Amino acid sequence: MNRAEPLVLGIETSCDETGIGIVRGRTLLSNTIASSMDEHARYGGVVPEVAARAHLEALQPSIEAALAESGVALADVDAVAVTSGPGLAGALMVGVGAAKALAVSLEKPLYAVNHLVGHIAADILDDGAEPLEYPTVALLVSGGHTSLLLVRDLTTDVELLGETMDDAAGEAFDKVARLLGLPYPGGPEIDRAAASGDPNAIAFPRGLSRASDMDKHRYDFSFSGLKTAVARWVEQRQAAGEPVPVADVAASFREAVVDVLVTKALAACRDHGVPRLLLGGGVIANRRLRDTALERGAAEGVTVRIPPLSLCTDNGAMIAALASELIMSGRQPSTLDFGADSTLPVTEIQVAESS
Amino acid sequence: MILGIDTSLGSAVAVVEPDGVIRSQTVSADPRGHAEVIGTLIERALAEASIGPSDVTHVAAGMGPGPFTGLRVGIAAARTFALGRGIPVVPVVSHDAVALELLLHDALTGGYEDATDDPFAVVTDARRREFAYTLYRGLDADGLPIRLAEPTLAPRDDLDAALADAGAARRDAERIPAAMLALAASRALAAGRTIGPADALYLRSPDVTLPHAPKRVGL
Ligand SMILES: [Zn+2]
Repeated sequence: MNRAEPLVLGIETSCDETGIGIVRGRTLLSNTIASSMDEHARYGGVVPEVAARAHLEALQPSIEAALAESGVALADVDAVAVTSGPGLAGALMVGVGAAKALAVSLEKPLYAVNHLVGHIAADILDDGAEPLEYPTVALLVSGGHTSLLLVRDLTTDVELLGETMDDAAGEAFDKVARLLGLPYPGGPEIDRAAASGDPNAIAFPRGLSRASDMDKHRYDFSFSGLKTAVARWVEQRQAAGEPVPVADVAASFREAVVDVLVTKALAACRDHGVPRLLLGGGVIANRRLRDTALERGAAEGVTVRIPPLSLCTDNGAMIAALASELIMSGRQPSTLDFGADSTLPVTEIQVAESS
Repeated sequence: MILGIDTSLGSAVAVVEPDGVIRSQTVSADPRGHAEVIGTLIERALAEASIGPSDVTHVAAGMGPGPFTGLRVGIAAARTFALGRGIPVVPVVSHDAVALELLLHDALTGGYEDATDDPFAVVTDARRREFAYTLYRGLDADGLPIRLAEPTLAPRDDLDAALADAGAARRDAERIPAAMLALAASRALAAGRTIGPADALYLRSPDVTLPHAPKRVGL
């Protein structure tokens, strides 16, 4: 196997995006994504069985498209990489089964990796950016996860500082959009509605931010109380026969989410003496979150890194990139003896490494 | 060489020569854990057949019916194995493999006169108090089981009545013989026929509940 600049094909099926990525060392050759998001729209959220069925249909065409785009033949691939977890179990299994059979058929090594660490690895593929420096704090925000990590080394040392206790931030956007009568996915809709609103119009609560929460949940998040507070506020207005100022509600809700995310991320930077913050996950598409992080980061002397959006949402390139780093650092392939692990802890960067 | 992969009922992989000689058969005792075992089963089936991946010319994929989550693993694996070698996938109705085994067994052991021409139903557990079943009668000129009706679901308590109406004997299956899946594929190839569906036989719509108006939280 070429360990200096391995050619890796990565398969990602942890949620509703079928992602196939091809990288050579740290160079991105293809980032092919088939999303089943439209099929979930009428249900107001990702339906696991719908997502899993879509993965099975999209997998082969996506692999073929990625190969065509990169001009790579499967026979030239040095290794296959796949997301083992965390994510939706039934969805993950499609990718795991596919990756194993592909690796056996090509007689190539297989690397089973952690989805969350993959989000961090995505940053490596940003060829416009300076190399990632360690340690760094990473804030990963999507419809499936909200996690704050301390990354001392991408391939060996990632620590979970905190995560959401209930809804993921992206889920909160979807739920609040629904109660404001806005379509799915909620993120862009809330953003649009918030554009003309006053972010300070309504003082919505910041979850797990009281002094009494700081002991046990300093870096944890909670968005279900916020969602309930928005619902209650809207109901009170309706009960009083007054119109609901959707723009102000959207802007104030978004502000509450963004504020708590950025405040906790910067607190982690401060507490650990780390002047670097990396953002990842689909919710990074939210401009207000990016702007606030950049602005408040700059004020506190923290450099905020934001990979291109196509690498922030779930994708196979980040899975290939992580495997590529593992290979370059001399790690052995995974055995074939692993499954989908929907709750895989972030400390398990690679699964089932052979001895 | 035909590689047969089925995860519609447990996990099974086999290698069969084009003329029907079975080279290897591996099964997992674990009724679940499809994603865990599939790679090892394929590797073992190839090793026990003393062949490498490049000796495989076709991949027979069991398309179900079967419980969703497991079923998909084998289909995904069959497709990517084939993609890796640049060879075709031959989709097979998983119940056809059971029917073929039963019919060949009857033919070998003599059985009753005409026994192989009596209608029968291959029945598998579809979970949620339902069975999946497919009606068959005998082998056709290509040596393939004749399906009288496509796979369907029946509530557990209604199955026997449905089979009595069809005059079909009930043949419950606990596993899918992957070698018979590969053999059915090889006979279909020899006859130039397509015998299985392109997509998985789920037989059920996904479980989803349409969102209702947001719940009131109270003032
Ligand atoms: Zn993700």
